[in-house]
Amino acid sequence: MPIESLFPRLEPLLPRVQKPIQYVGGELNSTVKDWDVAGPDGTVRWALMYPDAYEVGLPNQGVMILYEVLNERPDVLAERTYSVWPDLEALMREYDVPQFTVDGHRPVGAFDVLGVSLPTELGYTNLLTALDLAGIPILAAERGDEHPIVLAGGHAAFNPEPVADFIDAAVLGDGEQAVLEISDLVGDWKQAGRPGGRAQLLLRLARAGGVYVPRFYDVDYLPDGRIRRVAPNRSGVPFRVDKRTVSGLDDWPYPKTPLVPLAETVHERMSVEIFRGCTRGCRFCQAGMITRPVRERSITGIGEMVAAGLVASGYQEVGLLSLSSADHSEIAEIATGLADRYAGTNTSLSLPSTRVDAFNVTLANEFSRNGRRSGLTFAPEGGSERIRQVINKMVTKEDLIRTVTTAYGAGWRQVKLYFMCGLPTETDADVLEIAELAMEVIRIGRQVAGTKDIRCTVSIGGFIPKPHTPFQWAPQLDHEATDARLRLLREAINSDRSLGRAIGFRYHDGRPGIVEGLLSRGDRRVGAVIRRAWEDGGRFDGWSEYFSFDRWMTAAEVALAGAGVDVDWYTTRERGEHEVLPWDHLDAGLDRRWLWADWQESLTGREVDDCRWWGCYDCGVCPSQGTQIQIGPTGRTLLPLPGLRPVLAPPAASASAPVG
Amino acid sequence: MAKRTPDGPPPEPVVARIRLRYARRGRLRFTSHRDFARAFERALRRAGVPMALSAGFSPHPRISYVGAAPTGMASEAEYVEIALTERLDAETVRAAVDASLPPGLDVVDAVVARGGSLPDRIDASVWQIRLPGLEVDAVAAAVVTLLAAESVPVQRLTKEGRRTVDARAAIVSATARVDDLPDQPCAILDVVVRHVTPAVRPDDILTALRTVADLVPPVPPLATRLAQGLLAEDGQISDPLAPDRERLPAAEGDAPDAAPLTGSAVASDR
Repeated sequence: MPIESLFPRLEPLLPRVQKPIQYVGGELNSTVKDWDVAGPDGTVRWALMYPDAYEVGLPNQGVMILYEVLNERPDVLAERTYSVWPDLEALMREYDVPQFTVDGHRPVGAFDVLGVSLPTELGYTNLLTALDLAGIPILAAERGDEHPIVLAGGHAAFNPEPVADFIDAAVLGDGEQAVLEISDLVGDWKQAGRPGGRAQLLLRLARAGGVYVPRFYDVDYLPDGRIRRVAPNRSGVPFRVDKRTVSGLDDWPYPKTPLVPLAETVHERMSVEIFRGCTRGCRFCQAGMITRPVRERSITGIGEMVAAGLVASGYQEVGLLSLSSADHSEIAEIATGLADRYAGTNTSLSLPSTRVDAFNVTLANEFSRNGRRSGLTFAPEGGSERIRQVINKMVTKEDLIRTVTTAYGAGWRQVKLYFMCGLPTETDADVLEIAELAMEVIRIGRQVAGTKDIRCTVSIGGFIPKPHTPFQWAPQLDHEATDARLRLLREAINSDRSLGRAIGFRYHDGRPGIVEGLLSRGDRRVGAVIRRAWEDGGRFDGWSEYFSFDRWMTAAEVALAGAGVDVDWYTTRERGEHEVLPWDHLDAGLDRRWLWADWQESLTGREVDDCRWWGCYDCGVCPSQGTQIQIGPTGRTLLPLPGLRPVLAPPAASASAPVG
Repeated sequence: MAKRTPDGPPPEPVVARIRLRYARRGRLRFTSHRDFARAFERALRRAGVPMALSAGFSPHPRISYVGAAPTGMASEAEYVEIALTERLDAETVRAAVDASLPPGLDVVDAVVARGGSLPDRIDASVWQIRLPGLEVDAVAAAVVTLLAAESVPVQRLTKEGRRTVDARAAIVSATARVDDLPDQPCAILDVVVRHVTPAVRPDDILTALRTVADLVPPVPPLATRLAQGLLAEDGQISDPLAPDRERLPAAEGDAPDAAPLTGSAVASDR
């Protein structure tokens, strides 16, 4: 049955909401396929959701990649949907307009699969809003054959237990190949007349490997509230679900044609992922642990993606993305090659993630050869040398001073430093050293820049222990202690008026971190908290103007009553070596014994070197996943590109006024 | 440390300017002016238009926008002028930029500028306001009341707070006609509005009709700007690109099939 566009029903509501452009679609390089492009049962239809506002969701690389990969398949149709703001949500409820895709304005409930990217835990309430608006029952157990399979992916899907009641399945790791295999399975099942209904399809997905279906696993608890065990409740379902790993990034040059929105978004540039994975071994970093091993895109592959993407998008800026872009084995050649190629074209390049060393400044200089030099960002993460050893962020104070000296000397005016507060074993003294560092940075900076007109911004985030990291057992610092420690730091910075004036201090509030901590390391019992917070009005929890700590604490009190556990139990409690963690049956490839040993070594400040250059230290990923490190150098270079951009010329027939 | 200055040669000089008329149609009428400006700059790059750039560390293409219809209102007559470093045929530029913009943002006319100021050639707009669900007689009666009034101050919420404008004073003419739909009546209001500061927009006129005659559309009306130009004594609006065409009537590079502005096609691709 053809599905009609909801746009005629949505359109009268749009003049009544903020920024209506975000709901109309029509982005450059977007795709609207016929609903029955490969026949009613031959077409596999995906709605891809990013559960946050359009301005945040549209630039998301994960969604953009899967959208293009899926739409390249002739028998697959993929459209996108984002969270609607509360003003439109209210109108949609009043006028009975369901959650829609922005491409074809089709009802999300009519698709076969609703693929949801879960980049951060604070989007969980938005997921519930979307399900509810789509007319899909919130609880997976109450869905029928007519509802889409709700499939989660993204980093938070490595512990999907808090949303286990709401999703049908989760994919761990890289999605490119997984979505194609899942499309095959769904397509076969539809063509065969949907044998066994929804339950059978989920069983096929679980048995084929790589798809975690929470309902096929039972969780038992000990009397003290800890998990006794998690075990499959039917045959053929794996005890541990593996993550997916894509090898050979050059074979996956997506997005080839980046989506270019009309609305303003958080990243007004195109991005090229120059490598995936990171083995620096920062112990707090979940991304670095769950995306191993490092797989580089080659210098020539990067050059081709930049060239094609610029032509397809018209963007003026290219971001070279990865978890630590300066670590690409040929980053210097890439920087020089691209800067040469695009000299004089008014195209700028950026390296969004930066590490603390002088070489990085050289790279930044290259990227801003003929552009404005405003700010550089470095992330020492820990205030004292001791705490940096605990977290395995191998940066000395001398490194930092040398780096900022180079930066201010090269004409940069502002340096931004990222730190975390609440790290394991941290004391007030560790955090107060941040003030000393910042003051030293200003002193040196004024000297080398020869002007007082320089700034250093100190930006602080509260540390949240994450699953699949060596700190997954660590206690989270409560928000009162975090806030108190940072008050001391603020006072220390302001104690010297001359230096303090040049230092910006950015820190908000420790309370959202506690909710994120609850959702990060929560188990299935936390699902009731999410549902309650959502029913009480929780929306857009990642936005300070919508977040309510009290709403979450009340929800937790009500929903966890009688469970023998509470918010502190999930957040500030240290876990023991043999406690079953909610995500132990989900395999990121990391050897649990290695994680524990690394956690223990962190407490004594023992550092681990990067396996790319110093040899394997048996984290377990490569042998368990059958993967290997893929890095250069390739020795190739970027040659100048003739005809870099299409150049508009007068047609020969009507050559007008003489040139010159 | 010395101040850094951009290396390399100064920007290339401007050798030609092209004036474009574009339409904002259908769902893309929700594009704000800033949204359009970003999309337009990207389209120029995609099309490879040899844009003249401003000097400095972050050079910008030299583009002059002339007004802009309010977000949510469609338009058949928006104007923009671009500065080029090469002489190019206006139709070539028009076609290339149009092809590089998303459908719904359509470049419909272009001329090579022959001097003069484009903003000086615009002081009024022709608006067509579709009012589904309203009988033409009711609208016509309300219009008579509105035009009979000396002044009709209306308030609008802007970023700077509440502002009051006299909606009546800006109206040159207003007439209602019928365009009923199969399932419901639909009136069309044709209004010529003088450009004043602060501007009087179609929603102000609707507010005025509600104020004087209690006319309330049951569904959001759809306003489309059909033309902009100089208001002549006879109430007609002139084509602001005409002087560029007229001075060199046979000049190459001008769109040969430029439609006259009055009576041009109306967006209906909803």
